[in-house]
Amino acid sequence: MNRIKQIFELKKNILSIYFTAGYPNTDDTIRIAEALEKSGADMLEIGFPYSDPVADGPVIQASSKKSLDQGMTLKLLFEQLKDLRKNVTIPVLLMGYVNPVLQFGVENFCKACAEVGVDGCIVPDLPMVEYEEFYKGCFEEHNLSNVFLITPQTAEERIHKIDGLTNGFIYLLSSSATTGKNLEVGDTTESYFGRIKAMNLKNPTMIGFGISDKQTFDKACAYANGAIIGTAFVKAIEEGNLEESVSGFMKKFKD
Amino acid sequence: MVLTSGLDKKDMKYKVNEKGYYGDFGGAYIPEMLYPNVEELRQNYLKIIDDADFQKEFHQLMKDYVGRPSPLYLANRLSERYGANIFLKREDLNHTGAHKINNTIGQILLAEKLGKKRIIAETGAGQHGVATATVCALRNLECVIYMGEVDIERQAPNVARMKMLGAKVVPASSGSKTLKDATNEAMRDWINNPVDTHYIIGSVVGPHPYPDMVAIFQSIISEETKKQLIAQTGNDQPDYVLACVGGGSNAMGMFYHFMDDENVKLIAVEAAGKGVSSGLSAATTYLGKEGVLHGSRSILMQTEDGQVVEPHSVSAGLDYPGIGPQHAHLFKTGRGKYVSITDEESLDAGLLLTQLEGIIPAIESAHALAYLEKMEFKGGENVVICLSGRGDKDLDTYIKYFNL
Repeated sequence: MNRIKQIFELKKNILSIYFTAGYPNTDDTIRIAEALEKSGADMLEIGFPYSDPVADGPVIQASSKKSLDQGMTLKLLFEQLKDLRKNVTIPVLLMGYVNPVLQFGVENFCKACAEVGVDGCIVPDLPMVEYEEFYKGCFEEHNLSNVFLITPQTAEERIHKIDGLTNGFIYLLSSSATTGKNLEVGDTTESYFGRIKAMNLKNPTMIGFGISDKQTFDKACAYANGAIIGTAFVKAIEEGNLEESVSGFMKKFKD
Repeated sequence: MVLTSGLDKKDMKYKVNEKGYYGDFGGAYIPEMLYPNVEELRQNYLKIIDDADFQKEFHQLMKDYVGRPSPLYLANRLSERYGANIFLKREDLNHTGAHKINNTIGQILLAEKLGKKRIIAETGAGQHGVATATVCALRNLECVIYMGEVDIERQAPNVARMKMLGAKVVPASSGSKTLKDATNEAMRDWINNPVDTHYIIGSVVGPHPYPDMVAIFQSIISEETKKQLIAQTGNDQPDYVLACVGGGSNAMGMFYHFMDDENVKLIAVEAAGKGVSSGLSAATTYLGKEGVLHGSRSILMQTEDGQVVEPHSVSAGLDYPGIGPQHAHLFKTGRGKYVSITDEESLDAGLLLTQLEGIIPAIESAHALAYLEKMEFKGGENVVICLSGRGDKDLDTYIKYFNL
């Protein structure tokens, strides 16, 4: 059974952490993954950097640029991830843009994911129709979940379609925004989260974009199976001792 | 401009299909945050464009505000030099000095029909930014223009024009700080302002339906050219049609009504920069591979890892690492011939036109002119070149290069 499905059966209030591969230093990828598991993260999203990340705000853009400038590639990432499952047992997803996947080759990409123990992918600029036609078969063959995003503007019919195509979780954007904005749960957000909850989707939901601390995390968990933290974490590991920064950051989410 | 509903199947060989593709290229590779905006546009653009009121207003503005039809000028001294009849389609004479206004007029009317209150755009040379700021002033809509920091420096007069027109010019300071990055910033703005904002993309790039929509608005160039050729030569099919290509909007407008005339040779001129193998180039079809950039599958300059490579060209308008998907299709099918011209060759061609015909061309357009040097004519061929813009904005570059 896929680790993503398992975690949602075992736990509530899933805390998933995003970080950019090869940042702050090229060799930090596995170190961060291991430190996160140790400090209590439930799930990991490892970003493979792209030169033109249109869905991301300045912090994740800058981390991607630094990582690329230091020589990170998708090929190198898969080499690093050969050691992933030595000490990491929680679900791991890769997140990035479609062009590097295309150049790597979809088949090769899925195969490499399966070999290193990656459980799923989030590719924000991969359209649903393309996924259905050209990627789905390959993803399923390698037991990979593909996670789609929905926003407050996504129509109900489309949400149902996404729910039908997904077999991991649905990534609920708290607002239509690039990454790094703060979550403000006002009336409109609340009614949107409530509306999604009432749809009784077959997939669990995770709220992302704008979650930065215990307070926003708890708020998100009231409406979904958990939440995803990206920008705030990437910012927290910019400097200093990596393991200390990770455990210091994660402490904020403990009761 | 064509009525899109008038197109029949035989016209569709090089045009977009119902899935948003031109052969292997096109599509809409966008994050979910942009889906509702792009989908709204996709569902409505043809309906709006085909509407009689829209057509009337568009053509009225083209005539009275832009100054169309733009002349098709038989350049006598240039013709003499090369031994062919060289016609210049004078888009440089349009209001705001380039072909860009054809598209911005079309899109601003469309944005109004969609009820949008705020307009954003990216710009490279500043021509599209000026054309967008102009129509926003004309229709009283808020206007935000994203422009690379590097381009802001090398195109100062256009920045001043945009500001005077009431637009806010936001510097794009990521990546190469040029057109590609300005486009990223504009897309980010659209993601963050999903309801009231329309993004006027300036070229035949971006997710479907943008490449098709921009091509339709720019197709007025070739529509007029055909009529003018009949009047001047008795034949609406020239031997060659040439245009420069960055993203490719003037070229697509220039090629549009000739695409199905298979005996008309289409030549698209890319910017070789300091030379195609110099590492400082924007010759996309020569250096690029298939991939996804700015929302569509096309040909782009990239590393083996799929990272977009920073292009170089002396002309800010051609300094783009991709080409529109329809161009990628014309290239792959062999319908269009894609060639490239260096910085120096283009500047020399710009000076030549100035001194032979008294027309200072934009350095972008000078790339197309420069290719004449590489063509061989038997004599008497009819050649149409799209003179996409005027060179006022490039005086600094010309002056420095020629020590004037």
